[in-house]
Amino acid sequence: MKTFHYHRATSVEDAIDAAAQTQGARFVAGGTNLLDLMKLQIETPPALIDVNRLGLDKVERTDGGGLRIGALVRNTDLAADAVVRRDYAVLSRALLAGASAQLRNKATTAGNLLQRTRCPYFYDMRMPCHKRRPGSGCAALKGFNRNLAILETSDSCIATHPSDMAVAMRLLDAGVDTMAPDGMRRTIPIADFHRPPGDTPHVETALKPGELVVSITLPPPVRGRHVYRKVRDRASYAFALVSVAAVFGEDGTARFAFGGLGTRPWRAAAADAAASSGAKAVAEAALAGARTTDQNDFKKVLTARTLASVFRAQEARA
Amino acid sequence: MTIDDISRRGILKGGSALAVAMPAIASAQAKVPNGSAGGKMTSVTMTINGEDRHLDLDPRTTLLDALREHLHQTGTKKGCDHGQCGACTVIVEGRRINSCLTLAVMHDGDSVTTIEGLGSPDKLHPMQKAFIVHDGYQCGYCTPGQICSAVAMLDEIEAGIPSHVTDDLEKVRFSDDELRERMSGNICRCAAYPNIIAAIRDVAGKDAA
Repeated sequence: MKTFHYHRATSVEDAIDAAAQTQGARFVAGGTNLLDLMKLQIETPPALIDVNRLGLDKVERTDGGGLRIGALVRNTDLAADAVVRRDYAVLSRALLAGASAQLRNKATTAGNLLQRTRCPYFYDMRMPCHKRRPGSGCAALKGFNRNLAILETSDSCIATHPSDMAVAMRLLDAGVDTMAPDGMRRTIPIADFHRPPGDTPHVETALKPGELVVSITLPPPVRGRHVYRKVRDRASYAFALVSVAAVFGEDGTARFAFGGLGTRPWRAAAADAAASSGAKAVAEAALAGARTTDQNDFKKVLTARTLASVFRAQEARA
Repeated sequence: MTIDDISRRGILKGGSALAVAMPAIASAQAKVPNGSAGGKMTSVTMTINGEDRHLDLDPRTTLLDALREHLHQTGTKKGCDHGQCGACTVIVEGRRINSCLTLAVMHDGDSVTTIEGLGSPDKLHPMQKAFIVHDGYQCGYCTPGQICSAVAMLDEIEAGIPSHVTDDLEKVRFSDDELRERMSGNICRCAAYPNIIAAIRDVAGKDAA
């Protein structure tokens, strides 16, 4: 690990001020992804701002009937929160499908959103990667890309977004509340928070340098049956090949979001609109424009089958 | 060179020399304030197994390295050092975490329980006893992590925290499936899993399910 300045922030303002003093400074909360990347020297921040003592660890009702989740709420606590379990079950399910209990005990809500891809070439310092070293090339395009993305890819990058939680957040139309170095607060819709790679895959989010995520806000609950179905190479503690987040409303409408497929959590209005036509139609709508390789072409079939299974379970309950 | 000469320290040193030769990432070229090289010693006080311990550490020191290299509590094991194997699991403020993926300086004021704090050879923790009775290991390297994880895991079930295999999020029930899912962050390459499950079930006072 490269040396860095360590600062234990005492308030949101202190954290933002400290970050503004050093170009390339990073905030650290759980650290479960960032510290790993620092050990590998994939990330080499000159300063680390510890935000663990900022108190952003509450789950509260908003005036509008939604939920405000502090940036530092641990994944375990969010999954187990009584309101989340009851009214936003897809979020509990997605969280519980990710990582291990030890990691969920440490990882935070904001950190989960900001975690980086597990593309093997992003991790391999000897290989070119536009995300790690802009302009160096992409070894994944012609490399081992079985679990890489098929939607919103570019000629520069096909890295999959790894988060399960973010897929549920996308489904639920979360907003990411931030504070910028100039003290300005804003809410970034989750749909705009992660960016498709284009020709700048190293720019992964809409956050500006030094901008801190302070909370995630959910709108009022989406009523219906909440589902998160994750398919992976082993039964636990593995990243998704394909995952489907869904809410089936009592009126026959449904909404869907997908993990394992996109360079960011994937949602398509056409897929929601196809709900009444069944799993196959939803899969076709969701996968329109998919660009696959010989190795990851199976994800199209797997998406259709995962949706078929989700629909079958829904019909069995109806 | 004998096997004893190949210390981890030597390997780490070689590793950092290699990294220096690597092309710098854009962010690595960011300016460091006041021209300082960074990494100044940072003070941290933790309660380790009930005893207050004060350390001045390079902030890069993980909790795992602080325990093993600075406090010489070597019961906690370093497996992968990347949060994938669970060998380094310790209990911090009542929760199991991977001690390799957190910095010691992030835990100022925290209470840490390691395998040494759970029990001693004279006075074994029930989970330690059960692992012996049920032969819940072969080589034993993952065992301290398995035991710390198992102890905290039972508390999580008790607290009603659901898991991926919990059918009804409101009703957490004890089952072997729950144990397997909840212990998936602890890898045992000797594959003593059936016996580990038997040991945990025994401590929980439950029959096979």
